[in-house]
Amino acid sequence: MSPSLVSLAIIFSIVLIGAITGIYAGLRREMNLEQWTVAGRGFGLIFTWLLAAGEIYTTFSFLGASGWAYSRGGPTLYIIAYGMLAYAVGFFILPDIWEVGRRFVLHTESDFFQQRYQNKYLAALVAIVGVVFIVPYLQLQLTGLGIIVEVASFHAISRPVAMVIAFVIVAGFVFSSGIRAVAWVSVIKDVLMLLAAFSIGIFIPYHYFGGIRPMFAALTQAKAAHLTMPGGTSNMGHAWYISTVLLTALGFYMWPHGFGSVFTAKSGNTLRRNAMIMPLYVTTLPLLFFVGFTAILVIPGLKNGDLALLTLVRQTFPPWFLGLVGGAGALTAMVPAAVMILTAATLFAKNFFRPLFRPSMPDAAVTRLAKLMVIVITGVALYFAIYSSTTLVGLLLLAYAGVTQFFPGVVLGLYWKRVTTAGVFAGLIAGVAIASLLMFTHHDPFMGLNAGFLALCINLATTVMVSLTTSIQPSGLEQEPAEGVVAVSAS
Amino acid sequence: MKPPRIGALLFGLIPFLGVCFTVPLWDRVFPLVLGLPFNLFWLIAWIPLTSLCLWGAYRLQSRAKE
Repeated sequence: MSPSLVSLAIIFSIVLIGAITGIYAGLRREMNLEQWTVAGRGFGLIFTWLLAAGEIYTTFSFLGASGWAYSRGGPTLYIIAYGMLAYAVGFFILPDIWEVGRRFVLHTESDFFQQRYQNKYLAALVAIVGVVFIVPYLQLQLTGLGIIVEVASFHAISRPVAMVIAFVIVAGFVFSSGIRAVAWVSVIKDVLMLLAAFSIGIFIPYHYFGGIRPMFAALTQAKAAHLTMPGGTSNMGHAWYISTVLLTALGFYMWPHGFGSVFTAKSGNTLRRNAMIMPLYVTTLPLLFFVGFTAILVIPGLKNGDLALLTLVRQTFPPWFLGLVGGAGALTAMVPAAVMILTAATLFAKNFFRPLFRPSMPDAAVTRLAKLMVIVITGVALYFAIYSSTTLVGLLLLAYAGVTQFFPGVVLGLYWKRVTTAGVFAGLIAGVAIASLLMFTHHDPFMGLNAGFLALCINLATTVMVSLTTSIQPSGLEQEPAEGVVAVSAS
Repeated sequence: MKPPRIGALLFGLIPFLGVCFTVPLWDRVFPLVLGLPFNLFWLIAWIPLTSLCLWGAYRLQSRAKE
């Protein structure tokens, strides 16, 4: 058998095992809206942790982080920092978000805005902005899958074809089984991902240099400047680092899918304990950096840094091992992609279409519309994945510039009585407009700062100022809880 | 919602000082520590420290509940 056949066969077997596990997990339950989106709110510490890990450690960390270590160097360190700090932010706000979700039986981030601000247009805006900025993140996952199949097939299968295959698998997976499937496949994915990260992160520097220490000794001698900021870039210095770390750490739980996963937890305390142990999961990132750094010396001159990890694995290991790593990588793209699609589709149907156009729509019809949107949204992401060439990290930063704009509305909504609907409306629109303008006209970084962070500052200032000039309004969080919910405090 | 306790928030703020605002102080290659560039070593060292800070915040927060 040719090497490409061996590695591809292993990748597809892993994907197939993942898909079957997922579909089987969802098979014996009736899929109503509550089951499909929040699995009946019954996930404890382990499952919540797995689900969170499933969504967080994506192709972005697998291929993107090593790719940026290869091409950009120093600025890549922001990924380790924001990973840790995001959990520190989550530690404080997640239990309160969960409590609001339990009391008013919420499913999505947009539901939260509806409940707090009692305005369906604001809630619909949140839904549609969420859907729009999930698309680049989804595009990232499909691009990652495309790269995996392209490299593993020794370029026999072109990337667009690979991405179309990925699209079919991911959409089918989501379609049949909802969020419970995702948690189960996360188990397989995490084990594979950890094995892959540890084995390649340690073995590759050892194979070429005799260890991590001599690898860095060689690298610091050859290209020391690459390892500090701004590294291989001209405009990603310390101001960029600080603003990017803040933007991404604050925005981490503003992802509609991250926010939605909070509601799957059993208790607020589960989330708090979870936040304490999550930073340890970041340990895999430096290992992936090691691979990117080794690649600088071993395979210099790659045009696309995102290919560095797999190209080096292909050159170092036998094809079956490339297949294992590729399979792990494929699952790290599929699992998060499934969650994103699921969330975006539900947001569109339940929080955008129904309240604005068909208030009388029954739940069953909403579920049908959501399933249709699975195809539409994945199709749009596929289109962009085929026709754009942004790096994986670049895509993530674009998406973050958008979703972090929810932060003022969520956090002020939780803790500041004076914030008003008009304030959040104005702030969100200003933030999204400025972020989009700067990102799409290629003005990121802007004056040394992350463009999304700049937009966030303007958003926050606008929200506060407009809130203070409009009249006080009652908070929807003070209302009586939904029927059948016992009012106890979260702890 | 009641905002988190100030003491717990201060614990949560420590990692932000450690790995974000202080970057000009530790973003350097030398001295290599355990063979790693200094900035990479610094961030890795903060992984367990961040967990520890959140544990401190957790203790304070749950004591407040009692």
